[in-house]
Amino acid sequence: MSTDYGRIARAGLWDNNVVLVQSLALCPLLAVTGTATNGLGLGLASTFVLVASGILVALIRSLITPEVRIPIFVLIVAVLVTLVDLGMNAWVHDLHRVLGLFIPLIVTNCAILGRAEAFASRNRMLPALVDGLMMGIGFTLVLVVLGAVRELIGSGTLFRDAALMLGDALAFLELTLIPDYRGFLLAILPPGGFIALGFLLAGKRALERSLERGSLKATGKGSG
Amino acid sequence: MSDQYLVAGPYAHAGASVSRTMGLVMLALVPATLFGLWQFGWPAIFLFLVTIAAAVIAEAVCLRIAGKPVRPFLTDGSALLSGWLLALTLPPWAPWWIGLVGSLIAIVVAKQIFGGIGQNLFNPAMVARVALLISFPLEMTTFVAPTPFLSAAAPDFAAGLDITFDTLEPQARLDAVTSASVLGHIRNELGQGLSLPQGLPPDYSALRGAIGTVPGSLGETSALLILLGGLFLLAMRVITWHIPVAMLGAIALSAGLLHLLDPSRFADPVLHLVSGATLLGAFFIATDLVTSPLSVRGQLLFGAGCGLLVFIIRTWSGYPEGVAFAVMLMNACTPLIDHWVQPRIYGRDRKGAPLEPGDDAERVR
Repeated sequence: MSTDYGRIARAGLWDNNVVLVQSLALCPLLAVTGTATNGLGLGLASTFVLVASGILVALIRSLITPEVRIPIFVLIVAVLVTLVDLGMNAWVHDLHRVLGLFIPLIVTNCAILGRAEAFASRNRMLPALVDGLMMGIGFTLVLVVLGAVRELIGSGTLFRDAALMLGDALAFLELTLIPDYRGFLLAILPPGGFIALGFLLAGKRALERSLERGSLKATGKGSG
Repeated sequence: MSDQYLVAGPYAHAGASVSRTMGLVMLALVPATLFGLWQFGWPAIFLFLVTIAAAVIAEAVCLRIAGKPVRPFLTDGSALLSGWLLALTLPPWAPWWIGLVGSLIAIVVAKQIFGGIGQNLFNPAMVARVALLISFPLEMTTFVAPTPFLSAAAPDFAAGLDITFDTLEPQARLDAVTSASVLGHIRNELGQGLSLPQGLPPDYSALRGAIGTVPGSLGETSALLILLGGLFLLAMRVITWHIPVAMLGAIALSAGLLHLLDPSRFADPVLHLVSGATLLGAFFIATDLVTSPLSVRGQLLFGAGCGLLVFIIRTWSGYPEGVAFAVMLMNACTPLIDHWVQPRIYGRDRKGAPLEPGDDAERVR
């Protein structure tokens, strides 16, 4: 049985994106995307948990009876998140202080449990790994884009405090695009997150529609 | 075959249309607006024009993007009115971008995204005002003492441009005659442990509040002129009395009750009625046909809820004024009110069971 990895990748990044299509993980999404750096931090942490939980769940899937699968998935995710939490606290302490509560809350991130249930528990290890990675990258991309938009509108900067997470070597990422900006506080507050997310969803649909129209013109007929 | 065909009622048309309704509301706003513009001078006029122009242009662009006919929707006057109402609630010497950003939020985010006129869940002007207040607390709470035209302190045309278009040096900006609104002043003084009536502005009187020669938002200061406009709307049957009376009644009742209990901590009901956006909100904003309930009892409930929330926010929240928040919160309740508070169907009792001939009046009520 061959696995279509290209399709898995496409689903994770775009067609079945955690946020843009499944509308999962909105709570951490809206809470931490005040800056692009925070979005990147939470995205990477979530990706790690997604990949590791995908691998573990796929490996032991034949040993778990359906009745107890949910508690077991939660246990696995909780162990992984604790590892990430302690690890971030040790190595990127400042970022950990900013992301605070949302690292432990990755346990309850429905996207991770959702992938364990919908994909990893029904597939072999390698596809589960790829699925976790692609879903994680798709999630991270949305977090970074949303964080960048909100940070830019809200405070006129990009990747503020990036050095905290990525080390001083990447301090050049920190941009102040609009000097002497007064700040548009609403964009950083949760309502601004909802509004920005709404525009992001609308943008995705508009893009898909125009692509579809383009392909219709190119082939001269509709495709499934 | 006969060329006659059945036409369903109603057979008479009162001539009501969106543009007529909007036109009447704007007409009703004219006295209070002119008073505000006269009282706060050139900066207020520039801000008013910028806000309205931005609202109309934003509406036109949105209609074009949505592929709707631009001209009929633009000439119905709804965008003009939203911009107008927003401008009236802004601090009169606010910089131009406050009006611009506010209008964009009102038209793009609060109105067109929901589907344009008649589809919005919240009052566009109030969404914009709340967004501005949260985002730019400094600019949105910097009020000036009235400097009417012909008075010595009034800024001339060039100075007005400087103020609105933000070209002043920061130092000169500090020198502008800033002054707290009545509600803001009271909130401040009470916060510092003073008690009423010592906490009132020294030159405050209920009469001045009613006439409007006090610091405040561009078109909100003159309670009497707004009341005049509101009565005009009532007389023209653009609005009904239920929402304004319920709202003003709820404010007066709650303020009066607590004022009786402890006059040193709670301002008197007259002050609440003539200050801030109370009257503008009651007659022009809460009565918005799109975002208020349909049934009479629903409207009474809606108005009372607005009034109670205004008093609660003014008295116990971090903000001195709460009309915008109160109206938005009750806007959110409107679908629920419309669902639960429905008028009795003709020929049926309250529970929807059919009436029999000879049923007594008890069941009908």
